[in-house]
Amino acid sequence: MSGNEPVDRQLPNISPEKATREPGQSGTASEPERSRWNVAMREILNGSAMISLLAVVLAIIIGGILIAVTDENVQATAGYFFSRPGDMIAAIWNSVSGAYVSLFQGSIYNFRRPGFANGIRPLMDTLTFATPLIVAGLGVALGFRAGLFNIGGRGQMLFGASAAGWVAFSFAGLPFPLHLIFAVVAGVIAGALWSGLAGLLKATTGANEVITTIMLNYVAYYFVYWMLSTQGLLQLPGSNNPKSPGMLPSAVLPPLFGQQYSLHWGFIIAILVTFFAWWLLNRSRLGFQFKAVGLNPDAARVAGINVPRMIVYVMLFSGAFVGLAGVFQVLGTVTTGFSAGIDAGIGFDAITVALLGRSKPWGVFAAAVLFGAFKAGGFAMQASQGISVDIVLVVQSVIVLLIAAPPLVRAVFRLPKPNLLSPLKSNKTQGKKAVVTK
Amino acid sequence: MSTSTLPSAAPITLERTIVKSWKGPIALSIFALLAIVLFGVFARPGVSHFRLSTTGDFFQLPQLDVPTTSTGWILAVILVILAAWSVLMVFQSRRVPLWLTIVFAIVFMAGFLTWVAADALIPIPGLLIGAVSLSVPLIFGAMSGVISERSGVINIAIEGQLLAGAFVSAVVASMTGSPWAGLVAAMVAGTLVSFALAAFAIKYIVDQIIVGVVLNVLVSGLTGFLFSQVLTNNPKFLNTPPRFDRIDIPVLGQIPIIGPVLFDQTVIVYFMYIVVAGVAYALFRTRWGLRTRAVGEHPQAADTVGIKVNLRRFWNVSLAGAIAGFGGAYFTLGSVGSFTKDMTAGAGFIALAAVIFGRWDPIRAMLAGLLFGFATNLQSVLGIIGSPVPSQFMLMLPYIVTIFAVAGLVGQSRAPAADGKPYIKS
Repeated sequence: MSGNEPVDRQLPNISPEKATREPGQSGTASEPERSRWNVAMREILNGSAMISLLAVVLAIIIGGILIAVTDENVQATAGYFFSRPGDMIAAIWNSVSGAYVSLFQGSIYNFRRPGFANGIRPLMDTLTFATPLIVAGLGVALGFRAGLFNIGGRGQMLFGASAAGWVAFSFAGLPFPLHLIFAVVAGVIAGALWSGLAGLLKATTGANEVITTIMLNYVAYYFVYWMLSTQGLLQLPGSNNPKSPGMLPSAVLPPLFGQQYSLHWGFIIAILVTFFAWWLLNRSRLGFQFKAVGLNPDAARVAGINVPRMIVYVMLFSGAFVGLAGVFQVLGTVTTGFSAGIDAGIGFDAITVALLGRSKPWGVFAAAVLFGAFKAGGFAMQASQGISVDIVLVVQSVIVLLIAAPPLVRAVFRLPKPNLLSPLKSNKTQGKKAVVTK
Repeated sequence: MSTSTLPSAAPITLERTIVKSWKGPIALSIFALLAIVLFGVFARPGVSHFRLSTTGDFFQLPQLDVPTTSTGWILAVILVILAAWSVLMVFQSRRVPLWLTIVFAIVFMAGFLTWVAADALIPIPGLLIGAVSLSVPLIFGAMSGVISERSGVINIAIEGQLLAGAFVSAVVASMTGSPWAGLVAAMVAGTLVSFALAAFAIKYIVDQIIVGVVLNVLVSGLTGFLFSQVLTNNPKFLNTPPRFDRIDIPVLGQIPIIGPVLFDQTVIVYFMYIVVAGVAYALFRTRWGLRTRAVGEHPQAADTVGIKVNLRRFWNVSLAGAIAGFGGAYFTLGSVGSFTKDMTAGAGFIALAAVIFGRWDPIRAMLAGLLFGFATNLQSVLGIIGSPVPSQFMLMLPYIVTIFAVAGLVGQSRAPAADGKPYIKS
């Protein structure tokens, strides 16, 4: 197909490792770690936490406007706004406050339920939703730190879930902890390998991992769908539906605080994994190499780091984390058998989680809990107020867009431009780096 | 083609440096081998039936019945000859022409259909019409991607642009009762998504891939929210758009087989022909195209000669959004009728795949879009007649092909040099 390729083109940047891309404007996330106090001072001066907070506030306001505009009572009262403006204001207040109160009650604490044990249940739901988001977000964040963009969360979760699910419903004789560990390990390895494929393609041929991971998502989806609808592979024996059998009890993650709550031991694993990710990135030699590759692959290569190998390793680790999210889905959240939609969009949510957490392990943890709260609360809001859960998607994406563009948030809130080390400035230098001239 | 001047020669002679690329012939050879194995060794006995015309056609063609095994062998041999020819061409340092690849693909497809349709009937017109109608949004999306990426802005938001176009066109066409108003509104919606992409990517220098991914989520959330909050409450007024009627072009529409497929379509499909031809011409034959490509390949050089890089990128991305929005309107005004949640179902990502597989070239991207549409529709047709290949593997095909293309195993796929890189004037 391709014939004669030009040989002596004087164009910049045709090396395969050109994609040194930063997640959004995360100047702070990618700059070398300094002393803890220094970092803390800079955080406050830069206002990056402030920007995150303001972005959340702004997104909630935008969500409120959307809820108010689409509310039927508001629309009805808007017809006679000039004769009785109070009606419309009351209607807006009712719809928006109703929505956000039910969001709160669905995600943190429900005062209407009797007793603390019942009232706290929404918080447990929040943490249950957050559990897969934490590990998947960590996987994506790890990629970001190494300059790789893993959009393949969906495929990696599906393969992780399939492998873990297959182990969990097949090996009937195994005793409890052994069977569970076996299933978890199988899922993690499957996720890692699927992601490692994209890493291998990038390391050997320079194929852009953004494209390959997106494409591998679809390949994984159809492959898992095929396995789920084929007897003898993953399909429930004797069934025609593309669905797997239920998990055996010996491989299910046990509930953390008793059967009445949905929260399972996966949450504890997620905390441990967050700690591991922190250790990996900040204390280990491998993590240092990852970050070096992310900051400047050319410098990393000169310093003796094997960049292609690091790319494969990063994708393996990233896929292992994301695969673990798939494991949590089949062994913790939905244990009665899974379908091809088991990923539940977590693979994509993980990207926004990683961005919101600024690619730092504990930041990702906090962001995942916030998004878990949005999810749990969103479903409660849909049930009680009839407001579609899609509003949560809008709020989430607005948050990420705003966080990625601090100058916009500053303009909205009329904040002064920080003088030194401003995100805008670091942005500009980043941009300069991006257009390399020879 | 690269040239280098030799200083001593009196009339300057241009020396051509030619790199032989064996990837094309190797790929064709592999497929030819696959054909021999599949059609020959694993031959299925029986007779393959092909219906060539529908009852409404101007010319009625008889049903084609061919013996499966021998036809398979003949086509496999043709494929081997074509592959051998491509090897020979590379030996002689000649470029393997695009048409050879296309002929190869068509013959391979014919062989595959013959193999699949042993003792079964395949309705060719239905297969092709379905393929074209599935390709239309892909091709619009791919044109959007080509324009945007040629000017240096990665457009992952094609999905969002398509979805926004589909949603807004359904609502506006239902409210006004005019599909034309819906079409215009769809273009505006696609442009608005592009404005957001351009503003964040060019003004605020946010990573373009992130903006694209997030915009997709935003549009999916917004349309989904408005669909369940507003559209479902009043579907009659808001979500029953009038659809475009098919327009039969007098003479062209009567050509056997391809006439009804290509020239008995809605006005959106005819616009598609114009858009593809227009983009292909404008990109390579006009001043606009030259400047667009300059901005995408080497923004500093473009800036040096006085092209306003970021302004041009901004308007090109907006134009790209308008085109994708137009394609989104096909979902509601051309095929399905009413809007449903997330109705684009990943078409934007297949369009992106078509851009890459088509090597950022409008014509090739269109062919890639047609191929992907064909593969998708083939899967549903084979699902009806009961194929030996699981349908999921057919659906995987576009994505696997794209991975191979990106990895450089099938031809070389190289993005514009400054694709995805913001330009900051120093």
